[in-house]
Amino acid sequence: MKDDKKRSPKFAKTEKTPVEPCDPEALIEVQHLTKKYGDLLVLNDVSEKIMQGEKVAIIGPSGSGKSTFLRCLNVLEDPTDGYVFFEGNNLCDLRVDINLQRRRMGMVFQQFNLFNNMNVLKNITLAPVHVALQDLRKTRRKNFFTRIANVFRSKEKKKPLVPLQTSKKQIVADAEQNAMRLLGRIGLADKAKVYPSTLSGGQRQRIAIVRALAMNPKVMLFDEPTSALDPEMVGEVLELIKELADEGMTMVIVTHEMGFAREVATRVFFMDGGKIREQGGPEQIFGAPQDERLKEFLSKVL
Amino acid sequence: MFLRYFIDYGGYKTALTGLKNSLIIAIFGLIIGIVLGSVVAAIKVAGARNRVAKIISYVGDVYTSIFRGTPIVVQLMIFYFIVFNGVPMSDLMKVVIVFGLNSGAYVAEIMRGGILSVDAGQMEAGRTLGLSYTATMIKIVIPQAVKNVIPTLGNELIALTKDTSVAGYVATMDLNAAFSAIAGATYDVIIPYLMLALIYFLIVLLLTFLIRFVERRMRKSERR
Repeated sequence: MKDDKKRSPKFAKTEKTPVEPCDPEALIEVQHLTKKYGDLLVLNDVSEKIMQGEKVAIIGPSGSGKSTFLRCLNVLEDPTDGYVFFEGNNLCDLRVDINLQRRRMGMVFQQFNLFNNMNVLKNITLAPVHVALQDLRKTRRKNFFTRIANVFRSKEKKKPLVPLQTSKKQIVADAEQNAMRLLGRIGLADKAKVYPSTLSGGQRQRIAIVRALAMNPKVMLFDEPTSALDPEMVGEVLELIKELADEGMTMVIVTHEMGFAREVATRVFFMDGGKIREQGGPEQIFGAPQDERLKEFLSKVL
Repeated sequence: MFLRYFIDYGGYKTALTGLKNSLIIAIFGLIIGIVLGSVVAAIKVAGARNRVAKIISYVGDVYTSIFRGTPIVVQLMIFYFIVFNGVPMSDLMKVVIVFGLNSGAYVAEIMRGGILSVDAGQMEAGRTLGLSYTATMIKIVIPQAVKNVIPTLGNELIALTKDTSVAGYVATMDLNAAFSAIAGATYDVIIPYLMLALIYFLIVLLLTFLIRFVERRMRKSERR
């Protein structure tokens, strides 16, 4: 009786898929990614590679696991099984400092998620300043201990201190200058001291994109960036994303804007039922779809 | 009789000491309460996702249920006569600590509600920028949570101020004890007690304005 209980699915420990060596060429590699919410299977054994410079658009009906897939890429959702590699680091490994990796992956949300308690400038500079100050403190701490240890070392063996190149003031000034440059680029420099609640949806989303850019990410993840916007504001946001794409930024975009996906993407994933049903260049996906579900989906949205 | 005692025989000094003590208990009690409550609330919220925090959060659960489940007078007695018996501290300090512990339990639940009321997207946005859970909590979530709970926290401050009237149970000269002493000395109950009520009322009125002022200023910063 007791043994039966142990073997019942609730108590059974799920076997994890063993890690396979990742491809060093790929920027992001996903291996056997599976996500379950209780009994609901949202992602079903997805394996995929995304290379540097690729612009991947993910399309599919609602509930197909597109957003979950995207959120698994920076482990905002913990995968039930499988692994995500970013630049060769296994993000699902608890020994990898996820905060360090996430700094290189920008993310933009459907609901913008600007920090309501800070003005626009502070929104953009918060993370860069925080990170730089953390490093500064770490160097200071290291120097402090080196200095103490040096007391006990003979003259020849004294270890040199790490020179401090910046100060807190300098870091803040640099971050603000960078933020103003980015704001100038999207034409919102005059809104620097304004709080997010006074801005329009399009402005907020563009600032959210710029906020992610301020960390100099290697890849940008867009989670339906235009779905919460008024129709007349969709254009300005898509314009900015397109500019980034033209500059060579690697990006993964979950979108319902088929025209945009067709124009910008180098590769399109069609997801349904937690799997990538079909993928390929935009001409192939939109021009000559093979999968039945994709044909059905396209006939509805186009 | 009352006026002669109150003014000529120095009754007002007792009353002022009482007022001072009552305010000290209320203000420092609330400060301890807010610090303690915020920490407990943060641990409780973190307990939903972190195993270590979950174990600590059980301690927090026990703490809040005990301090919310027993009357403040009983807590005062237990701490004064049993726990702090022989501890070299002033009586006022002991009372402040008990009131702090008591209000901490209430503030913990208020703050927890405040933290949960902040949109989950704020935490997600912070995390995707590479800030740690703690850093996001401190820099983004808690400031917004505090803004949300100011009205409720004001309620707690008012309740605490009036609760200080039981400090007299453990030989602390608070406002209530002071006027009771005056009433006893003058054999006059009407004027001292009405006056006592009026003083409490005025304090609460003042606090209400103060809270409203703080609230308005915090709201303003959002829409500029």
